[in-house]
Amino acid sequence: MHSDQESIRKSIKTYWMVGAALFVFTGITVAVNQIHLAVPLAITVALIIATMKGSMVASIFMHLSHEKKWIYGSLILTVIGFAILMLVPSLTMGDNIGTPIHVEAPAAEHSGH
Amino acid sequence: MDMNIPYTVEERPDTGLTNGKLGIWLFLASEVMLFGALFSTYIILRMGAPEWPHGELNVWLGMANTFILIGSSVTMVMAWASLKLNDWGKHRLYLTLTVLLSAAFLVNKYFEYAAHWSHGELPDKSTFLAIYFTLTGLHGIHILGGIVVMLYFLGPGAALYKKNPEQFTNRIEYTGLYWHFVDLVWIFLFPVLYLL
Repeated sequence: MHSDQESIRKSIKTYWMVGAALFVFTGITVAVNQIHLAVPLAITVALIIATMKGSMVASIFMHLSHEKKWIYGSLILTVIGFAILMLVPSLTMGDNIGTPIHVEAPAAEHSGH
Repeated sequence: MDMNIPYTVEERPDTGLTNGKLGIWLFLASEVMLFGALFSTYIILRMGAPEWPHGELNVWLGMANTFILIGSSVTMVMAWASLKLNDWGKHRLYLTLTVLLSAAFLVNKYFEYAAHWSHGELPDKSTFLAIYFTLTGLHGIHILGGIVVMLYFLGPGAALYKKNPEQFTNRIEYTGLYWHFVDLVWIFLFPVLYLL
């Protein structure tokens, strides 16, 4: 992290600009929502904007754009764990536990009675 | 016997970090998994639901809270930057503003919850309301925890600045990292719950 006062002064301008950008992106998210796009497109747009906003907070406010390798190392493990968690829903899609099983009655056996 | 906690100001030679900084990042990693599990649950519940309600929540209140939380993130980082510039007065001002904005977020949330309760919209009424109250409730508890820590640094914790200003500055940085994470979670909660 920058510790000399001159670099801190420069960073302060960035903090205000990022804050303003986050405000604008929030406005855009809500404005896009008012258009009433199709659900898959609305989800994609909203999550892309949220990811952009999240990246700005993480890289600038949390100083992740210039951190030490131990921090990045712990974050890589976190990303892997998070990705596994996000895969859980798709695993459940292939799981048929609880799905009703439809067995067709053998019609030929009953036809003579 | 004088027992000082090591590496609160100087960096550890092996990690290149202060212990506090590595500690807060490991804590945040565990928080990612906590909220990640709930987001995963949300996806499962939503995919399994025959229909999902739209327009149940007040988008404008949610947007106002997003602006409030982003504003509090800016004031929080400014509270830390002011300490780096040895400006104690501005640090106090920005930290106080952060507490006030956080309180405003919770007040907004209270009005939102109160409106739901008055209409009988409780967590047991629908899957959507259950996951909404769980996610926003847990996030609200995090906001409350942040307020407690910030009030400590505005009150009794501020005494450390006179004794060891660098250690105090580091503590504010760790508080800020936590606070920005809480903001980051809301940045995803807002579209997921209010807009989609």
